[in-house]
Amino acid sequence: MPYDSDTAIGGPHRPFPTTRHSLIHCARGTGTLAREALDGIVEVYWKPAYKHVRIQWRRSNEEAKDLVQSFFAALIEQQILSAFEPSKARFRTYLKACLDHFVMKQDESANRLKRGGGTIVLFDFDAAERELAGSPSVEDVFLREWQREMFALGLQDLRSLCAAQGKTLQWNIFEQYDLAGDARPSYAVLAAEHTIPVTSVTNYLAWARRELRRLVLLRLSSVTSGDPECQAELHVLFGK
Amino acid sequence: MSFLPDHALDHLRQVTETPDFSNTRYRIEAELGRGGMGIVYQAWDSQLERAVALKVMDAGYAINQEGKLLAQLEHPGLAPVYDAGSLADGRVYYAMRLIQGRSLDEFLRDEPSLTARLRIFQKICDAVAFAHHRGVIHCDLKPQNIMVGDFGEVFVVDWGVARTLESGPLPSAGTPHYMAPEQSGHGGPPLDVRTDVFALGRILQDLMPPAPPRPLEAIAQKATEPDAAGRFADVARLAADVNLFLAGLPVTAYRDTPLERLVRFCRQNQVLLLLVGSYLAVKLLLFFLAPH
Repeated sequence: MPYDSDTAIGGPHRPFPTTRHSLIHCARGTGTLAREALDGIVEVYWKPAYKHVRIQWRRSNEEAKDLVQSFFAALIEQQILSAFEPSKARFRTYLKACLDHFVMKQDESANRLKRGGGTIVLFDFDAAERELAGSPSVEDVFLREWQREMFALGLQDLRSLCAAQGKTLQWNIFEQYDLAGDARPSYAVLAAEHTIPVTSVTNYLAWARRELRRLVLLRLSSVTSGDPECQAELHVLFGK
Repeated sequence: MSFLPDHALDHLRQVTETPDFSNTRYRIEAELGRGGMGIVYQAWDSQLERAVALKVMDAGYAINQEGKLLAQLEHPGLAPVYDAGSLADGRVYYAMRLIQGRSLDEFLRDEPSLTARLRIFQKICDAVAFAHHRGVIHCDLKPQNIMVGDFGEVFVVDWGVARTLESGPLPSAGTPHYMAPEQSGHGGPPLDVRTDVFALGRILQDLMPPAPPRPLEAIAQKATEPDAAGRFADVARLAADVNLFLAGLPVTAYRDTPLERLVRFCRQNQVLLLLVGSYLAVKLLLFFLAPH
């Protein structure tokens, strides 16, 4: 996390990351730091936004691409985040409301920015489109996709962490068990495959899950306005 | 990272939420409930071989305030704390007695008599008054936080937002319907025992029938006065007034009308009135029957 050292991996004595200088606060400023913070926000939210526009607003993929690129360009250029008031809404709710408002306004004015005509934010829309094909429609697409993206980014961080710390075996066991499809192997099978005791499988999985939780919380803290919002979002992210 | 399908996402959400007690004496058996600050599980204590309730606080609650407060309170109406500790992921937990029973709102679904309800209410007041005596205010009293056992035992649970009387102002926390106005956190008066009196007044309203007796209604009304100065000064006084009502005596929160006073007098002196009435009736009969 280049934006704030407080949100870096903090070890066992920092169970919950400090969020006083979250990406949201940084993004409301100006300069390189603000732009980097905005990129961090966009990284989390572009897929939920795209899928929300595709499903809830029933737009074609081309229309959705235009709208989402235009929305994030507007987010950057028009400093929409500066109007965000944490006391009134959660950031996720605010961003979704802004997106809905943006889509409606675009409908009214039919004055959408054409691709290539403004600030371009490059996203892998093809990947998002492929994901949509395999993803059943859900009531609140934005929320579901936000959960998915938070965990996907957390997994990305976990894999990087495992690679950096030489814990490939832990990652492999975690991937084989927790990221498996319907046919989840037993602990005994995993232990035999990797020639380690079953207890090690248990411990490795526990470690990986614990780290994943911590890394997802780090991500969460960076896209919320402070501890109260982070606590509330925590229940939405992990809760039943 | 490749696409995370729904079943994998749901699995990850579950396994990262479930606390890892693998290196402790506890084994999670079931989730009992979740609140604003954490989740309560039923667990098995392998060391002492007994079922316990484990409350795992959400990340960020570094100080196990609730556990510490509860550990200072030993009362039949409060679940004792057995143990406290930290998980490997930093979350704090504490183990306490597993209470077998129903929440107060579930208890009320069986439509017990008003007297039975008020007896339960008095036990709630006893537990809360004890905590107040020890300088602790609950700040989140509501039917869901009252457990009623099969034999009428009452436990006041979830002391997650409890405060000591010396604590500073509490940030807005609690359940709106049961929160006293001073809990809104907008620079109002400091919280004290009357904050819990307000919530108890609301609970008393929940216990009352649709057309409650006027004295009982007045007690609840006095307990829920928006201005703390207008409420009962403490829980003992509230409980005493309910006790007076149960005994059929005048309550301090309500001034009887002359008719009500007469009816109450008649009810309380039924035997005497019956004797006097009988005496007068006999005298009257003898007067008319006797030869003049």
